[in-house]
Amino acid sequence: MTSPANVARENDTITTGFPVAGEPRFESIDAVRQGLASVDYLADEGIAGVVYLADRLAKPVLVEGPAGTGKTELAKSVARLTGSRLIRLQCYEGLDESKALYEWNYKKQLLRIQAGADQAWQELEEDIFSEEFLLARPLLEAIRSPDPVVLLIDEVDRVELETEALLLEILSEYQVSIPELGTVRATQIPLVFLTSNNTRELSEALKRRCLYLHIDYPQLDRERAIIETRVPGISAALADQVARIVRSLRTLELKKLPSVSETLDWARTLVVLGVESIDAERARETLNILLKYQTDIDRAAKELAGVERTD
Amino acid sequence: MLDLLTGFVAELRAAGIPVSLTEHLDAAEAMRHIPLEDREGLKYALGASLVKSSTHWRAYETTFEIYFSLRGPEYQIAENELEEDGEQSDENDAAKLAGRGTGKGRGLGGGGGQEGMSPEELAELLYKALLGTNDAMIAAVARHAVARYAGMEPGRPVGGTYYLYRTLRNLDLDRILDRLLDHARVASTSPATRDPGAGPEADTGGQVTFTALEERLLRDEFQSRIDQLRHEIENEIRRRLVADRGSEALAKSLRKPLPEDVDVMHATRDEMVLLKKALQPLSRKLAVRLARKRRHGRKGPLDFRSTVRHSLSTGGVPLEPKFRYPRPAKPEIVVIADISGSVASFARFTLHLVHAISSQFSKVRSFVFIDGIDEVSRFFENVDDPADAVHRINTEADVIWVDGHSDYGHALTVFWERWGEEITPRTSVLLLGDARNNYHASQAWVVKELQDRARRVYWLNPEPRAYWNSGDSIVGEYGVHCDSVIECRTLRQLEQFVGELA
Repeated sequence: MTSPANVARENDTITTGFPVAGEPRFESIDAVRQGLASVDYLADEGIAGVVYLADRLAKPVLVEGPAGTGKTELAKSVARLTGSRLIRLQCYEGLDESKALYEWNYKKQLLRIQAGADQAWQELEEDIFSEEFLLARPLLEAIRSPDPVVLLIDEVDRVELETEALLLEILSEYQVSIPELGTVRATQIPLVFLTSNNTRELSEALKRRCLYLHIDYPQLDRERAIIETRVPGISAALADQVARIVRSLRTLELKKLPSVSETLDWARTLVVLGVESIDAERARETLNILLKYQTDIDRAAKELAGVERTD
Repeated sequence: MLDLLTGFVAELRAAGIPVSLTEHLDAAEAMRHIPLEDREGLKYALGASLVKSSTHWRAYETTFEIYFSLRGPEYQIAENELEEDGEQSDENDAAKLAGRGTGKGRGLGGGGGQEGMSPEELAELLYKALLGTNDAMIAAVARHAVARYAGMEPGRPVGGTYYLYRTLRNLDLDRILDRLLDHARVASTSPATRDPGAGPEADTGGQVTFTALEERLLRDEFQSRIDQLRHEIENEIRRRLVADRGSEALAKSLRKPLPEDVDVMHATRDEMVLLKKALQPLSRKLAVRLARKRRHGRKGPLDFRSTVRHSLSTGGVPLEPKFRYPRPAKPEIVVIADISGSVASFARFTLHLVHAISSQFSKVRSFVFIDGIDEVSRFFENVDDPADAVHRINTEADVIWVDGHSDYGHALTVFWERWGEEITPRTSVLLLGDARNNYHASQAWVVKELQDRARRVYWLNPEPRAYWNSGDSIVGEYGVHCDSVIECRTLRQLEQFVGELA
């Protein structure tokens, strides 16, 4: 999500002075949990606690865990809960400063130079390196925004180790230094979430600046509750059965364990198909929604059909 | 409170979790915002600021339980219980148990009124607790079982696992699991509780049997409750140990190595499970890292011809130097692993890891031996999951020649005769084993021949360096012909070695 080419607004001014920590967003850990529940995100003790702390300590949260357990969803839900704008930076290999932080609008600068061909160089130079010619990318935009913002830096493990350094300044000081312009400080402290699928170790420097939250597959009760809130029209009995089967599958040695989002997809499918209760046959027919490798599907189908367990 | 935190941080560091000063400060700051009576909240708050890797979480949790249970309100109870002798403590617990039971409205008062409980009654109580879904009951039973069976003696310097073992042995959880399943079967024969639409195949001649699926789900359900009980028992034992010895001494004796630092040869079963779990992300990370290394930061040497050719467009001025396309040679790997009992798990891990990243090598061939030797590369072909292949090796490879005791000499000789030709100057040979040869002939000349022909010969020894060349270990004899002999006891060391190899 990059901003449109012409984001520089006339009334934008660079704020100086250390950002004042705003009013705390949450009263207590319980308030966080209830708030998140009100936007259909069921947080456990750990998740609510860390979100609460992130707000109080004004620190970013590094969220790790298996794919599809609601890491990105957490950031979205917090944004919805606090009524903030969600600014998302999707990381990928080859992400650089000009895509993440800011870029000078070269074309416009060129035009400006051509238009003012008779002006003194000194004047011109100062002029073309002003806010007007600055293209704000997600990170800069997040701290410049006057409204409350939730910044989501998604899949941070995909960028190279060196690129991580780009994030460090903004994560610890909530500011961006632009050599030609000076330092842009945040007008409000955004809530920052970084997610990682753990394909590589993140650098110590990055980890140190963040609170760490590991989201694992939920416990049975929580998963059942998640299914019930997220899948409209599901019966309690079916939700319970779905949650149990999924838990059972997660004890198998599969290449890719079923994630929460896949569980939800499965539950939705069952509802659409009008299934009242799952038997081995039904399960086998729809397993391809839950599992994404043929070998996994075969193995799971075999297990569910009741071949003697190996252990 | 700050002192306590400092002690806690010091203990975490001692347990191998890296905690920086900033993180320590963050934790102190975090404590200000969390109401101290909220123990769970505190645990997650401190965890979020101190522990930055999910593999460290288990170690953190243990340390936290030790450090912050002592000051909890339960502490007082523990003190009292320990002061009393066994008989009274039983009674005390039983009464408490009954109190809890009736308080929750579950008719379990019968057990509490009597003077202490017989083992049968306790088993019955446990069974009922597991049948219901009452967490408090499970905790209470766990507490009682520990008091009764663990036979904890104050001041005795044994670890918690000993008590855990004693308690669990007496409870016989496997039988209880079967009983629970039987009970569920009986309960479901009454039509009221049975879902009529659950499947026609369930009814076979009046006698209701479960479909395999239902049976499986039930078993999992009970298993998870039993796991919970086990967890409660562990907690209870730890709580008592803390009361007895103080948190610092206990933290020291319960300190568990992180999964990547566990000594593979002496891993317990639980640790083995953790290791297996750690292996998969590890091999994935390694593969990603190696692929990146290959793609980036490597420029071939200057391609003079191409530079001159391209300079024609700039009038013969070589403005833009051209470089040869980098073609990093992918090494060929031959793994020769001892899979006799003592080093089997280590060999499995290595084979798993090497094959998981086999795309980084041009060719991987694996051989396993005990006293006979067999090629097992075929098991890894067209298999998605190296774990399957490793499993097949154990059952299908033909590695016994005479008596099934390691004979490095014979295995190596046979290897040389049958496959020696195929070692080329591009091959790296990995020899895995403790070189405990049961006093057979070493035939070290084979290793020398290998070294002459191959690019590199490495010997990975899962034993601590101090044990090398003691007893029947002759790693030194082989070692002189190897490019290097590496002590490789933990996953971390293994990962490092394989990473450098590729």
